[in-house]
Amino acid sequence: MLSGIATVVFWVIAALLVASALAVVLRRNIVQSALFLVLVFGAASGVFILLNAEFIAIVQILIYAGAVTILILFAIMLTRNSMSRQSNPANKQLWPAAIVCALLGASILFALFAPESHLATGATQTAPGTGVNNVARIGQLLYSPSGYSYVLPFEIASLVLLVAIVGAIAIGRED
Amino acid sequence: MSPFVLSDVSSIFYPITLGHFLVLGAVLFCIGLFGALTRRNAVSVLMSIEIMLNAVNITLVAFSYFNTSPQYANLLTGQIFAIFIITVAAAEAAVALAMVIGIYRRRNTIDVSDINLMKW
Repeated sequence: MLSGIATVVFWVIAALLVASALAVVLRRNIVQSALFLVLVFGAASGVFILLNAEFIAIVQILIYAGAVTILILFAIMLTRNSMSRQSNPANKQLWPAAIVCALLGASILFALFAPESHLATGATQTAPGTGVNNVARIGQLLYSPSGYSYVLPFEIASLVLLVAIVGAIAIGRED
Repeated sequence: MSPFVLSDVSSIFYPITLGHFLVLGAVLFCIGLFGALTRRNAVSVLMSIEIMLNAVNITLVAFSYFNTSPQYANLLTGQIFAIFIITVAAAEAAVALAMVIGIYRRRNTIDVSDINLMKW
């Protein structure tokens, strides 16, 4: 169960996460949006640390806050002056989109908390520690050649990354 | 046994349950969907999609953390899925940004309202 200090940290991180996600979506300047996106990724990695997922928190910082944000900033830089007035305008469907999103959120919450839902949303009991470091356990689950592991999906993921690199070069190069 | 009983407001804030993380994920997903539906800059649409993927990751890791079943708890299935989602998201970001730059080179715009050649 999460302790008292963890509860405070959760609420601070959750507020920061939602506020910076709203800033990403609502700012009119796209460079500011991209910088708030770094804040979203950092706060999400804080949530992962609260959930005892140290490896995913580190990967989140390295891949999202490091690589993806830099990639996005490069794309913004290379496509400058491509929009007419503001760098990040909204289209005409602002209110219909807001209504659709609110309805989706309401239906998700209903599905979670409806009395006939079998989901234990009130669970405070957490998984027993395996006694093994989280990173070591994930390493065993990803690589272990014998026993229960995700070796084949892992290799397929590396193939996906290779195809994505080649595809990005093929699509993005000058011809 | 919902954690959100209106008569007992303090139970909303403490203790933190699985429901709190699921609501956080749902709220983030809706914010990301709103951005993806309303932004006109293609890079901004991509940023909104990254927010949605992050929301799903939070949900999966929370399920993994609150899974007490002795048979499945140390398999960390939610965390493994989150790792694969991060992998695919990185690949998707690379390809999508290459497409944005390619479109900019040909059309001189990345306004998704103007890129409507295949619109019905």
